[in-house]
Amino acid sequence: MSAQPAQADALPQARTDFIPVLIVVGIALGAFALIGSASTWVTLTVAGLAMGLLIFIMASGLTLVFGLMDVMNFAHGLFIAIGAYVAVSVLRIFGAAAGADSFAANLAAIAPALLAATVVAGLLGLFFERVIIRPVYGQHLKQILITTGGMIVAEQLIHVIWGPDQLPLLRPPTLRGAFLIGDIALEKFRLAAVVIGLAIFAALALILNRTKIGLLIRAGVENKEMVEAMGYRIRRLFVAVFVAGAALAGLGGALWGMYQESVTVLIGAHMMVLIFIVIIIGGLGSVGGCFVGALLVGLVANYVGYLSPKIALGSNILLMVIVLLWRPQGLYPMSKQ
Amino acid sequence: MADALLALAGVHTHIGHYHILQGVDFAVPRGELTMLLGRNGAGKTTTLRTIMGLWPASAGSIHFDGADIARRPTPSIAELGIAYVPESMGIFAGLTVQENLLLAARSGPLDDARLEWIFRFFPAMKKFWFLPAGLLSGGQKQMLSISRSIVEPRKLILVDEPTKGLAPSIINNLIEAFRELKKTETTILMVEQNFHAARSLGDAVVVMDSGRIVHSGRMAELAADEALQTRLLGLSLEVHQ
Repeated sequence: MSAQPAQADALPQARTDFIPVLIVVGIALGAFALIGSASTWVTLTVAGLAMGLLIFIMASGLTLVFGLMDVMNFAHGLFIAIGAYVAVSVLRIFGAAAGADSFAANLAAIAPALLAATVVAGLLGLFFERVIIRPVYGQHLKQILITTGGMIVAEQLIHVIWGPDQLPLLRPPTLRGAFLIGDIALEKFRLAAVVIGLAIFAALALILNRTKIGLLIRAGVENKEMVEAMGYRIRRLFVAVFVAGAALAGLGGALWGMYQESVTVLIGAHMMVLIFIVIIIGGLGSVGGCFVGALLVGLVANYVGYLSPKIALGSNILLMVIVLLWRPQGLYPMSKQ
Repeated sequence: MADALLALAGVHTHIGHYHILQGVDFAVPRGELTMLLGRNGAGKTTTLRTIMGLWPASAGSIHFDGADIARRPTPSIAELGIAYVPESMGIFAGLTVQENLLLAARSGPLDDARLEWIFRFFPAMKKFWFLPAGLLSGGQKQMLSISRSIVEPRKLILVDEPTKGLAPSIINNLIEAFRELKKTETTILMVEQNFHAARSLGDAVVVMDSGRIVHSGRMAELAADEALQTRLLGLSLEVHQ
């Protein structure tokens, strides 16, 4: 018989902190009371969840990179932009399939576009870590300067390769339009974004909680030195996390480009404000916090945009201020040593 | 005397502009528990961290089991079979007791017999198996930190002030655990300020002052010589039991 205690033998259990999740639900219910129309509320809620989950895909890597190595990567938006531009190029190649009225043909165009966006952004992340980040480990000011500089150079390279104009990134016919259920209109693309976002969150949660690599990442976020003293090479782990974070940002960028149906070189830079708000609200280094923070930001942006458009622009800053006044370390703070 | 598992010769360590270790020479006999004593600021913690490569030596040699490890990175030093229990305990607060031990078991899954052996010393580890380590008491955190270091057989364990800040009953518990551990002939280098614990457990002793070794010998001899204790440590072990 195993010496390891079974769940029933080990009496004390950790209490999960559900308060932030309940706040998300509370905001949704409060918005329902203010909006008054069920169909409008469902449409806004799905839009908010889709926006939140797309932000989560883009932000999850950055929060781990910061948590694991204290690296402030202001060029994270570059990976988002590259993902979007690569998706544009691949969808051009598969133009006929992307424009066909067939789910299988559309999938045959979208899948390689998303895969290429993920892989190219990941490879760029590997190059970026080696050339730009590695020389400035532990030097925050230099990290801000050099990653911002790297982003400016890379944006100019995007101009050279894809040109300075805004490019269309049209959704294939399968993802256009909406499902109508009574008065409720559910946009197909937003539903697809929700499904992809939830699948990525589930995959990340599984890796972080059920694999040794995941344990090492969580341990490394808390205490890098002790992980090294146990015989693990944290630098290799960091490179892997950095590449995975860049790849996810590339995937998120491709999806965000489809969400907006257009791509500009500033697509990533524009997202960075929301991404920083999300990872700060969530607690730096916390993937669970990033997930809840992203949902909060997505829902609040959509509800406030409908209820009071004049304050929509500042609503997420206000949200961040309120959350930090309540929990200064974020919703799910990581204990760092 | 047993042969030396670890030997430091002329080790210097700088932290920023500070010259902390100023030519440290001592040996840790194989299969024994060596106590590293000294006043606050003498360089004891720096010595352990230098051995682990966390604050690399700027000069000198550190031989472990015949190999010079002074210029090696920390993970490859740990891979040689050296475990480190820092003064801060270094537990991963967000990970459960089980996950902390899983990470410490580098070579594979947890060994059941070894776990039973650990649970005998520290029953709290079994009771709080699924609890995040950050919710444990100070004494339980220390037990977890030590459990991690022995979850697999190690050649050498470096322990930094394991009894610091703990209640006397917990200290006695830890002393018993280290006595059991000594029976496995694991080599231990321990920094300790609690002289009762130091005298109870130590086979050999090394005393530091201002970044240098000022005495090395058998613990029994130091424990028996009050004048020597007062000269080296500024006080007598007898009055600090």
